[in-house]
Amino acid sequence: MLGPAAAPKSRLMKMLADRRATERSRGDQIMRALCLAAGLVAALVLFEIAYQVISGAQPAIAKFGLGFLVHTAWAPNFDRFGAAVMLYGTGVTSLIAMIIAVPLSIAIALYLAMLAPKSVRTIIGPLVEMLAAIPSVILGFWGLIFLAPFVHAHIEPFLYNTLGFLGIFGPPQTTGLSLFTAGLILTVMVVPIIASLSRDLFLTVPNDLKEGAEALGATQWEVIRGVVLPSTISGVAAATTLGLGRALGESIAVLSVVGTGATIQKSWFNTGNTLAARIAQDIQYPVNHLQVHAIFYLALILLVLGVATNLFARTIARRYDVSRTI
Amino acid sequence: MTSAAPSELPYDPTAPLTPSGNLRRRLIVSRITQGMAVAAAFIAVAALAIVVFDVVKSGASVLSIDFLIKDPSQYGVGGGIRSTIIGSAIIVGLGAVIAVPIGVLIAIYMTEFARPGSRIAGLLRMGLDLLQGVPSIVIGIFILGLITEPRHQDTGFAGSVALAIIMLPLVARSAQEVLRLVPSPLREASDALGVDRWRSIITVVLPTGLGGIVTGSILAVARAAGETAPLLVNDSTAAPHLTFNPFGPMPNVPVQILTASEALNPAGFATAWGAALVLLVLILIANVGARFLLARSRRKLTG
Amino acid sequence: MTERDRDVTSSVPSEDVVPRQRIQTTDAVPVPAPAPRTDGARPEPARATVFDIRDLSVFYGSKKALDWTSLKIYRNLVTAVIGPSGCGKSTFIRSLNRMNDSIPSFRIEGQVLYHGHDIYARATNRVEVRRRIGMVFQRPNPFPKSIYDNVAWAPRNLGLKSNLDERVERALRGAALWGEVKDRLKVSALSLSGGQQQRLCIARAIAVEPDVLLLDEPASALDPVATASIEDLMHELKHRYTIVIVTHNMQQAARVADRTAFFSLDPQERVGTLVEYNDTNVIFSNPADTRTRDYVTGRFG
Repeated sequence: MLGPAAAPKSRLMKMLADRRATERSRGDQIMRALCLAAGLVAALVLFEIAYQVISGAQPAIAKFGLGFLVHTAWAPNFDRFGAAVMLYGTGVTSLIAMIIAVPLSIAIALYLAMLAPKSVRTIIGPLVEMLAAIPSVILGFWGLIFLAPFVHAHIEPFLYNTLGFLGIFGPPQTTGLSLFTAGLILTVMVVPIIASLSRDLFLTVPNDLKEGAEALGATQWEVIRGVVLPSTISGVAAATTLGLGRALGESIAVLSVVGTGATIQKSWFNTGNTLAARIAQDIQYPVNHLQVHAIFYLALILLVLGVATNLFARTIARRYDVSRTI
Repeated sequence: MTSAAPSELPYDPTAPLTPSGNLRRRLIVSRITQGMAVAAAFIAVAALAIVVFDVVKSGASVLSIDFLIKDPSQYGVGGGIRSTIIGSAIIVGLGAVIAVPIGVLIAIYMTEFARPGSRIAGLLRMGLDLLQGVPSIVIGIFILGLITEPRHQDTGFAGSVALAIIMLPLVARSAQEVLRLVPSPLREASDALGVDRWRSIITVVLPTGLGGIVTGSILAVARAAGETAPLLVNDSTAAPHLTFNPFGPMPNVPVQILTASEALNPAGFATAWGAALVLLVLILIANVGARFLLARSRRKLTG
Repeated sequence: MTERDRDVTSSVPSEDVVPRQRIQTTDAVPVPAPAPRTDGARPEPARATVFDIRDLSVFYGSKKALDWTSLKIYRNLVTAVIGPSGCGKSTFIRSLNRMNDSIPSFRIEGQVLYHGHDIYARATNRVEVRRRIGMVFQRPNPFPKSIYDNVAWAPRNLGLKSNLDERVERALRGAALWGEVKDRLKVSALSLSGGQQQRLCIARAIAVEPDVLLLDEPASALDPVATASIEDLMHELKHRYTIVIVTHNMQQAARVADRTAFFSLDPQERVGTLVEYNDTNVIFSNPADTRTRDYVTGRFG
């Protein structure tokens, strides 16, 4: 922690540093231990989470094994539980959110980092971050009352008429509560995460790289495509993965708009369910103990997914390096 | 030496400086992509505006002094948010009391004690990242198994512990950022005077970074105030009575909103919207205010 | 290949020397001597004017950085811009291809005429300006791509995709880098040494065949050996391009430049200003202004 010490002072500084290193006072040792204890608490919580979820799921794992992942029936009264419907729903809703959110967020980030004048940037940037501050319960409620009817009345018919051949856009159902609407709500939650992280990344691209591209007679888009995007690609990928983690784990907002369907359907306009939403839905009034264990099993799958995406994001981010060698 | 004839170049450099060759097309492409970026930003802002507008429009009619001083009705219609707001405040406050000291201590370790490249610091960073990546519903389930199930009772305290776990990585990270900005010369001067590390930290480093730590904590609190999942699992109570005891069921705003929104009676929605409006306004104000103060304290430390 | 000992009389046309006033800056137009040759050799053609800079002043917000600069830059010559730090050399050269546009408070008065066209006119397209007037910067700034892709990037943008390999080779040869990299064109440009990276940046710039090459202290971040190789390049490149080079190294200007412009910082106004502009040998051996004389003899700066 010496910092750039001036030459005449350096010997004194070194002496003091040595003294600090060897003769650490009692007070220092206590504080250090206190801080480490705090860190230990955090580590303990992590392990305890794993322990509780695993042990809570244990009876369900014992009863259903890995078949749990492919069984579609979820009937508490008949002791039949399977996660397939939820896995499908989690996959579909997250996919929808990613497909819309990633290009949208990158475009927003490019606007904020490179195109917007400074005065506009300082207003729009925080506004985009505000989107992330909306509590999920409010967003879910809004989705239920406002978005779902709108999707049902306008978006579903349009998509069915134009892209209905794809199979994923079936005829509109009775309400707008569906995997598709849930995906849209997740998009709203995920965009601010990816956009603000990507904006920060785009701002770190060294100015002289951009100038070098401009001096070669390149248009603004060519500078972005040739220099800015390639040099930030792994950071943006990490940001996307973090957004995906958010989408996978969202329970309340999805619960409000997904319609809590119990079957796997091809059309995304049908109701469905996700891992997180099912947990939130069932945990309020469980019928028997096995159901609670099955819920813990779902939580275990979700925990594994959450940790995996997080670790994946970290490995991508570590490879990311915009700094140059000279 | 003779001058090179202009005709050696594949174009005429003396021509007017308007787009030549394929530049016109490339400029159009560039303009289109710029337009798409502007449109994207517009969509994001519009989404925020629409949601906020809808919440305000739906909840404003319910807002009144009555609304703030009455407890929620047991029948799902009418009533206010007094007990839930106070309950939420207590639950979140308790969570902050747990999370902030631990988070700040961890941040102090990372910036003041850990050597660069320290293995422990690396593990701590990863641990905090992982913690932040655990879905909040899973944290709720965790606390269910740890506290609520064994006690066979929903408590506000269990909710507080869950919220504390959610807040911890946020507090630790923002405190770390702020402490890192405290100028080295401050620490060096203190060391040169022979003052112990721990004393410098308490008397010099922490006070300098205090503003940033506080605002970072406010952001974490604002985030926790909106969390529903852990409370749904561990503190969802139908009893709307005002209580100050966190060791029993404690009404709270997020669960109130969720329960009202699930109600079959649309008349109950009004209360939900009112509560949603109050919660949203408080959280947005806290966010805007904290970010503004954080930027200012960051400027003070680096500028 | 190198012309380290420049033959002064053959590279610069003789000029009519007119007695100059001490304070005013001048730039005498290099026209051929009117005296008829008797040996039957053809008279030298008049050099074309590439840049005609008229009363250029540059402002950053309210602060004036460059004051009332007028000079002409001629085709296929190396024109050096020298002067103490802070005198506006970089500001001046960056104003020649609108690289200062990205600085928000940037403003100019006066005109920069390129082949008679005002590059700051409303109808002028900035990207077209940079297509014809290229720039190499002080610190090498290769893209994090392969060597080949660095050189090929701009030609691809411009649609010059046919014979791309040839174009890349020609550019790398022109930057005296081909021999060193021809076996590893797909290797990342960042693995090259500083001097090689700068030559790569030069190759990148000439790959699109600009009319003018602006070099903003291209060798200041390099070691002496790399610097020498860059300087050697100047003598070759000027056959095809018009070159303007900013340098804080007087000896470098003396070595590579045909004409030299000396800028200085007005101590009272704290504004950069053009002091003297002439053939390099005149600037260095017989400068008209005392400020120039002080600078080139090392009395200050």
